[in-house]
Amino acid sequence: MFADYSMAELGAIFAMQGFAGLILFSVFVLMALGLAIIFGQMGVINMAHGEFMILGAYVTYLVSNLFAEYMPALFSMYFFVAMIFAFIASGLLGLFVEWAMIRHLYKRPLDTLLATWGLSLILQQTYRSVFGAREVGVSIPDWMMGSLPLTDLIEVPINGIFVMVLAVGISLAVYIMMFRSRWGKQVRAINQNRVMAGAVGINTEWTDRLTFGIGCGVAGVAGSAFTMIGSTGPTAGQLYIVDTFLVVVFGGAGSLLGTIASAFSISQAQSIMEFFLSGSMAKVLTLLVVVGILMIRPQGLFSLKLRK
Amino acid sequence: MQERFILQVEDLTVSFDGFKAVDALSFYVEPNECRVIIGPNGAGKTTVLDLICGRTKATAGSVKFHDQELLTMREDQIVNAGVGRKFQTPSVYEDLTVFENLELSYPKGHSVFGALAFKRDAEVRERIEEIAGTIFLGDQLDEKAAFLSHGQKQWLEIGMLLIQDPELLMLDEPVAGMSVAERKKTAELLNRIIQDRSVIVIEHDMGFVADIATRVTVLHQGKTLSEGSMERVQNDPKVVEVYLGH
Amino acid sequence: MQSSAFMTRKDIIGFAILAALIFIVFPMVLDSFRLNLFGKYLTYAFVAIGLSLCWGAGGILSLGQGVFFGLGGYCMAMFLKLEASTPENTAIQSTPGIPDFMDWNQLTELPWWWEPFYSLPLALLAVVAVPVMFAFIIGVAMFTRRVGGVYFAIITQAFAAIMTILIIGQQGYTGGVNGITDLRTLMGWDIRTDEAKTTLYFVNGVLLFAVLFAAQYVRKSKLGRLLIAMRDQEDRVRFSGYNVANFKIFIFCLGAAFAGIGGAMFTLQVGFMSPTLVGIVPSIEMVIFCAVGGRLSILGAVYGALLVNWAKTTFSESFPELWLLGLGGLFIAVVMLFPNGLAGVWSEKVEPRLMALFGKSREDKPAPDGAPAE
Repeated sequence: MFADYSMAELGAIFAMQGFAGLILFSVFVLMALGLAIIFGQMGVINMAHGEFMILGAYVTYLVSNLFAEYMPALFSMYFFVAMIFAFIASGLLGLFVEWAMIRHLYKRPLDTLLATWGLSLILQQTYRSVFGAREVGVSIPDWMMGSLPLTDLIEVPINGIFVMVLAVGISLAVYIMMFRSRWGKQVRAINQNRVMAGAVGINTEWTDRLTFGIGCGVAGVAGSAFTMIGSTGPTAGQLYIVDTFLVVVFGGAGSLLGTIASAFSISQAQSIMEFFLSGSMAKVLTLLVVVGILMIRPQGLFSLKLRK
Repeated sequence: MQERFILQVEDLTVSFDGFKAVDALSFYVEPNECRVIIGPNGAGKTTVLDLICGRTKATAGSVKFHDQELLTMREDQIVNAGVGRKFQTPSVYEDLTVFENLELSYPKGHSVFGALAFKRDAEVRERIEEIAGTIFLGDQLDEKAAFLSHGQKQWLEIGMLLIQDPELLMLDEPVAGMSVAERKKTAELLNRIIQDRSVIVIEHDMGFVADIATRVTVLHQGKTLSEGSMERVQNDPKVVEVYLGH
Repeated sequence: MQSSAFMTRKDIIGFAILAALIFIVFPMVLDSFRLNLFGKYLTYAFVAIGLSLCWGAGGILSLGQGVFFGLGGYCMAMFLKLEASTPENTAIQSTPGIPDFMDWNQLTELPWWWEPFYSLPLALLAVVAVPVMFAFIIGVAMFTRRVGGVYFAIITQAFAAIMTILIIGQQGYTGGVNGITDLRTLMGWDIRTDEAKTTLYFVNGVLLFAVLFAAQYVRKSKLGRLLIAMRDQEDRVRFSGYNVANFKIFIFCLGAAFAGIGGAMFTLQVGFMSPTLVGIVPSIEMVIFCAVGGRLSILGAVYGALLVNWAKTTFSESFPELWLLGLGGLFIAVVMLFPNGLAGVWSEKVEPRLMALFGKSREDKPAPDGAPAE
């Protein structure tokens, strides 16, 4: 199958495919970060995670329309405002959901899974009623259009680069929050010993709620970033949820670095295989390999051996 | 010729991320011996029991029960070979009755299809009633275990071990958290059941230890600090310094 | 509860009421279209009963039961499709004698793994054996490595995703997104007529009761008590000398076998099998059938499957937008307000009043298997 291509072309194909993989990687990282916080640190399975992302995407859509309508001069900058609003909207919804639902179910992880699935159905239907069943797309500001020619054969789309930059930026932000802030310290303390954390004066209830809210907020930002590379529909969130969970589990729950490493390996494997196989077989093979490795190493790629 | 030791622990080591909770530990248990392990908190006492019964995987060393290497066996294989283990916190099946708790420990029908075909015949019933009597729960057979008191749960767990009839019995703080009256009754019960078998006990209650121990092993930071009769250990200056002294 | 009798009086009454509903009441009050619809609902009950054992009793939540339902259904559909694809019926194809969708996808030969499905006994064997084998492989891989809880749920969900993508992607072999359709006869007997559908409804009912009795036997055996013990204190069961993994593999395979039978009956009664019954969404809906009925109760599972599907048909006929909201609300309500489902409501609220009404004291203790699993 290589015979038809020259070496230069082949190199270019791999580079482009690798770049497509990098975009997919950024998408995975963005989706998985929020989940890594919620599942990794709290052990809560949020099946509605995709819908929190979609909320961010719809908020971005609304903000872009507002800017186009009332502040066309500032349109090129609307995205940054939209990101903040996406974080706030998804975060607030997250706080509410934690208060109304999740906090009652901390001791029943499987039930949380079912309840949040129910939540995802409700959110999907709400989006459909409000925004219609059709997918909506945002107008991308001019500076994000087009592509950057690296060589004669290799071109990379600017919006792709932008999403990558966002992924790196948000990862750094989450890292700093987790490992440098007071909140991060409290979250990790609660993760290790809830009773003790409570005893030394950490408000565990409020920290849980905040953690869930921040995780959902990060999902909202991810959804906002997605509008730059694709359109948004009411059920788009469901498409990603399995991949996202596999990314987090594969990386080893609780390890931020593991999440990023696993997002990288899964996305690269998938996009490179996509070149050789049909899209669906590439996906099947990737998932099978991930599941296979998880069977051999259930704790994921990165995790500490702890004394029981 | 009868074998000299029922359990041979040699160079047993386990490390958690470089921290050696048990460090090249060796000790030997004779048939019908009651070995008590004492030591300050974090000395690795419970970890030793976890290693012997397969709950924690050892990093190095060997544990031989008769001539079987236990370290490569699964927990259930170790139990069926004749090693019983009682946990520190009472661990019984709360949703099942006392009768059912004992029945599940009865050494028959332990395979999948064995369990499907298992029948409660007169022999099973008799044995369960007999054990229930021994552990002072003869009148509570139909009670759900969740409704028992802390002490009664401990007794039930001891009963579950008795019905297994293990050759080597390992008890982790069997009288912890009990009232004085319960403690006395438990000591009496334990004294009765440790006859005719080898026992390893972890215990802090020195009066109780002096009462039952054939030999005592003092653990400190995953290593043996001292070993011998109660009297000898109590007078060992090293032991006095780290443990009994304060 | 000292007696481990196969059925208490209460169980017998419960079974009898369900039997009367399925074999007498439904056939009398429903027209043949509705009866066929109820027959379809009851095929989901097979899955829900299996889930009641796996998840309710054993604490193993599988989000991939649709895979087993689908495998059973596809095995049956493959047989029926081959029977429908005689050279005479398919004379207009470029390769007569193979299923139409293969011809559309430029296949010129029947794939070797379709060959066994010319034989009805082999196909019927496959209906149970294929899901069980698949469950066995997953079970061995996961349970001997002690993967459980939410990890198991997520991985089984991944399998549901994989299976759907595979079926849709390999349309030349599987019929793709449309599934295997246009099924006509079973050994020459036309399954599309009203009489055939009514007969199949009764066959389905009989099989359902066979499965219910099997499930009841398992629950009342020592294995049933072990499942509950494992759910609550897995470690302790190991130290009572049981190989926990084997028990989990067994119950998971049993659930898969039940689901496979249900899938085959679905194909027979509805006349097609497609990937829409295999994927993530149908799989998790099957869990909700079981949860609504009461995850610990096998009879509840049947009622749950009937009620939720009946509601789904009714609502999505008249208010399609409302159905998703209703289903979502149902998930949340069942988990948060009625963790023991209808069976729990029955034994906690309705039954005591009935007993008081008839002035009887209660013979059996309520909710014999205790609180919901974690």
